[in-house]
Amino acid sequence: MKTFQGRVVAPGTVTAEALVSHGGLNTLASFQKALQFGDKNATCGDQNNPDLYGKQMAGKALCLPQTIGSTTGGLVLYCACAMGRQPACMLFSQPIDSLAGAGVILADIWLKDAKMPVIDSLGEEFLQYAQTGMTIEIKENGTVVVG
Amino acid sequence: MFLTDEQQAILNGEKGETLSKVMQTVVRYGELFGATKLVPVTSKYNHLVTSFGLKMIGPVYDLMNELIEAGAVSAQQFSADPRPVDKNVPANFLQKLIFNKFMYSKQDFYEGQLRELGLMEKDAFSCACYLDEVGNTPAKGEVLSWSESSAVVYANSVLGARCNRNSGIIDIMGSIVGYVPYFGLVTDEGRKATWVVEIKTTKKPEAQLLGSAIGMKVMEAVPYVRGLDKWLGSELDDAARAYLKDFGAATASNGAVGLYHIDNLTPEAKELGSALIAENAATYVIDDAELQRVYDSYPVVWKNKDAKPKLCFMGCPHMSMEQLKSWTDRLETALKAAGNKKVQIPTVFTTAPAVLREFSKTDYAARLKAMGVVVSYICPLMYMNNPLCGKMPVITSSNKLRTYTTARYYTDDEILEQITKGGK
Repeated sequence: MKTFQGRVVAPGTVTAEALVSHGGLNTLASFQKALQFGDKNATCGDQNNPDLYGKQMAGKALCLPQTIGSTTGGLVLYCACAMGRQPACMLFSQPIDSLAGAGVILADIWLKDAKMPVIDSLGEEFLQYAQTGMTIEIKENGTVVVG
Repeated sequence: MFLTDEQQAILNGEKGETLSKVMQTVVRYGELFGATKLVPVTSKYNHLVTSFGLKMIGPVYDLMNELIEAGAVSAQQFSADPRPVDKNVPANFLQKLIFNKFMYSKQDFYEGQLRELGLMEKDAFSCACYLDEVGNTPAKGEVLSWSESSAVVYANSVLGARCNRNSGIIDIMGSIVGYVPYFGLVTDEGRKATWVVEIKTTKKPEAQLLGSAIGMKVMEAVPYVRGLDKWLGSELDDAARAYLKDFGAATASNGAVGLYHIDNLTPEAKELGSALIAENAATYVIDDAELQRVYDSYPVVWKNKDAKPKLCFMGCPHMSMEQLKSWTDRLETALKAAGNKKVQIPTVFTTAPAVLREFSKTDYAARLKAMGVVVSYICPLMYMNNPLCGKMPVITSSNKLRTYTTARYYTDDEILEQITKGGK
């Protein structure tokens, strides 16, 4: 078991199973099935991401460096939150990028009941230590307990 | 963050609750990235990434409706990304049913919302809004609230405008309040390169492949590219701009690049040169072998990897007039050499409605039509994003389309050979 400290982008507490992406999460490519075809599990559709491709993202503690790709990214995350298909939380090893940051803020301000705690700046060691399938617990102050 | 009295008043709700939420969104967005102030949006027009009336993005329509009902519309007019459907593009009965009755059944409704929010004109739908014919071309130094990754990277790099990689919805919010947060690519410091890319290829690198390699390597960083002027020259003529359009789209979709500098070619690199390179910048050398390695790394996700292609898409991002004309010439020559009169694979070239109008007035349009090529204003990415099209063996030379769909990437020369001689 190991503890990491990051910055709280969107507050909240949750315990969930880790899903780890070592490469950038292409939000549009990853969530398009969830949005367009009613995939409630939010199965990742990004063929360029071997860590996530074909895996369920909804309800998981999604661990990643940053998001990449289309500038629909924030809107896609916003919609995923509004439709209840978002990860349980998003945990960034690096400082959050502008697209993911936008999606998180939009959901926080414009949606009433779609909480998705988000912590960033957890450091490279976090992504090296966390493995898909591990249990992750996050706390209000940005503490992340892995393992 | 420092706010002026006017900005603070909006935030405090003196102009209504909805506008207050818009300002709160813009301010929190800036604070997340360490912005100390807001700066005015100075471009004439905005550009939005969201152009598609997808049935499933109801939360976006609800939010847009909230803005419209509160009168929180943009003072700027705007263009938007391409429409997702065009009846001229080949589709079977089932595909048409899915497009019109299920996926994009909200298209007319959403276009109505966009008109209420400030769409430039009824056909202002293109990802390449900066093309002369479209007319949304910001000047050097202007501050934008744009989204659309390929448009943002072009505006920053080729035009020298200043814009962060804003997300959809954030784009229109900056425009509504008239300010964007001062951080990242809007600042001088944020425009410095933390990567130096040395081009050491023996021939002109494929734009889409080079962009992909750089995007995957540097991710969201700013690269300063040396050695490309050897192949592109030192003037931003039509051919160089078209090359950089496709190159940039690949850097932005295969990575998250929002700005690149090309030594001796793009405006800031010409003006400031190596002064744009940050201390301790990393180096990435690209030679023929590296480009081949990147090409070979692309997964082929077709069920039958040897399937004969059923469709070819060119133009993601939308093709320029120069590209439409040069491809017409190349196709004629290649078809003649192959002993064919028409393309052997159904082929669609995509471009902006305004470019399409002007292209139709030239003799090139009739020549292209005679070769069996459809020219459309569609977004190929939106066309491809459904289970039926996803199973089709589609080929493209767009690395953006490859990234987001099941389309298979080939270089321009390989595409030319396939569509003129027939696929495997």
